[in-house]
Amino acid sequence: MSRPPSAFAPQTSPTGQWLIPVCSVIGGSLVTAVPFIATFPVLPPFGLMVLLAWRLMRPDALRVWAPIPFGLFDDLVSGQPLGSAVMLWSMAFLAIDMLDQRLVSRDFWQDWVLASGAIAFALIGGRLIATGLEAHVDTLLLFQVIVAVLLYPFVARLVAWLDRKRGRA
Amino acid sequence: MASPRNRRPGYSRRAQYSLFIGYVIAIAGVLVGAVLLLISKLDPPAFSALRAGTAEVTAPVSWGVGSVVRGIGSIPGWIGSYFGVHGENARLKEQVQRQEQVLLKARAIAYENIRLKKLLNMREPAIEDIINARLVSSSASSTRRYALLYAGIAQGVHAGMPVRGPDGLVGRVIEAGPDTARVLMVIDPESVIPVRRLKDGAPGFAAGRGDGLLEVRPIAMTTGQFAPGDILVTSGTGGIFPPNVPVAKVTERGRDSALAMPLARPDALDFATVMKAYLPPPPPPPQDTRP
Repeated sequence: MSRPPSAFAPQTSPTGQWLIPVCSVIGGSLVTAVPFIATFPVLPPFGLMVLLAWRLMRPDALRVWAPIPFGLFDDLVSGQPLGSAVMLWSMAFLAIDMLDQRLVSRDFWQDWVLASGAIAFALIGGRLIATGLEAHVDTLLLFQVIVAVLLYPFVARLVAWLDRKRGRA
Repeated sequence: MASPRNRRPGYSRRAQYSLFIGYVIAIAGVLVGAVLLLISKLDPPAFSALRAGTAEVTAPVSWGVGSVVRGIGSIPGWIGSYFGVHGENARLKEQVQRQEQVLLKARAIAYENIRLKKLLNMREPAIEDIINARLVSSSASSTRRYALLYAGIAQGVHAGMPVRGPDGLVGRVIEAGPDTARVLMVIDPESVIPVRRLKDGAPGFAAGRGDGLLEVRPIAMTTGQFAPGDILVTSGTGGIFPPNVPVAKVTERGRDSALAMPLARPDALDFATVMKAYLPPPPPPPQDTRP
């Protein structure tokens, strides 16, 4: 980290303050536009992962109700029934908020555990909502969860980098 | 590290209220999500306009990125094929000779078929292609299997139309926007297609499993189980899919169903053909029973 800026200097432009988090989450959701026809769920839910990273590292960057619009957008591009991400992401974020009140101190490992729980909850919930119980997707879903959990630190690094950019903007 | 408690509003009443209202909105969001979900479960095309609007923006991007990736990706194959060309030439010549006889026989059969149908005065709906278009992206993060087709109502594509690839059936259009359409692929867990075995016409249903394979069940138990190697084609029953489009090849025999691999491999798909929805001939008029 560079020298902390003076308390009196205007650090950022107010637009950049919220534009960078918003654009990064929308960009994460838009990863589903990659030109590739998937045979099974292979892509981690990048929109949710970016949103979680912002929430866990910078709770002040986005409002408590941020999962509602972001979830709505994700539903429009992901192919899930509309409303599933709105509901599941909001529930996951309320749960994270409640845990936040209890935890005294947190480090990255705990962030990772919280994010893993939220990712698994959202993916498994999404599977139950979108697909009947008789479908043979559970093993693949497990792999999708594992891949998403393992990729979370990289997403968190990316968000931390964006956050530094935001601070300097 | 102590958790950054930026959410704690301090003594300011205004900050406390705005935080409280934020939580109220967040909890309302869960309910709104549940209501939206209920609507989209009860009436799946309810939000198709919204989805189509988003697809209008993403499809050209996917298409552009796809063209670049395909251009770069074709270079190694081009170099590789240059070296293997001699062996391939010999092999293909042999194959052409073998298939010439089969082709002649098939032409004779096709001609005879047309003649017999004319003799019987059979009425058949024409199988028409609407348009060839590119499949640009898919629902890769979801457990559902949708693909986005870069052609829509403006090109004559409407919901319910069957879509086939060069190798076999891809699925059917379920939502059509102005320039894009959403295709429910045959491997989706909610897709069921009436099929029949190519060699003897034994009817069955091919349902998607969600993991890239199809589960095939015979309609009548007397026709016997589908065996590995059987080719399945659409039967035309139901009126959506035209008959004789290849669907899948059976790979494994199960207890009361068989596993089949779709002939149109989704990850190799680029172009798809949208066909007109097939309507089977109407039933014959009732017999005149007057004395």
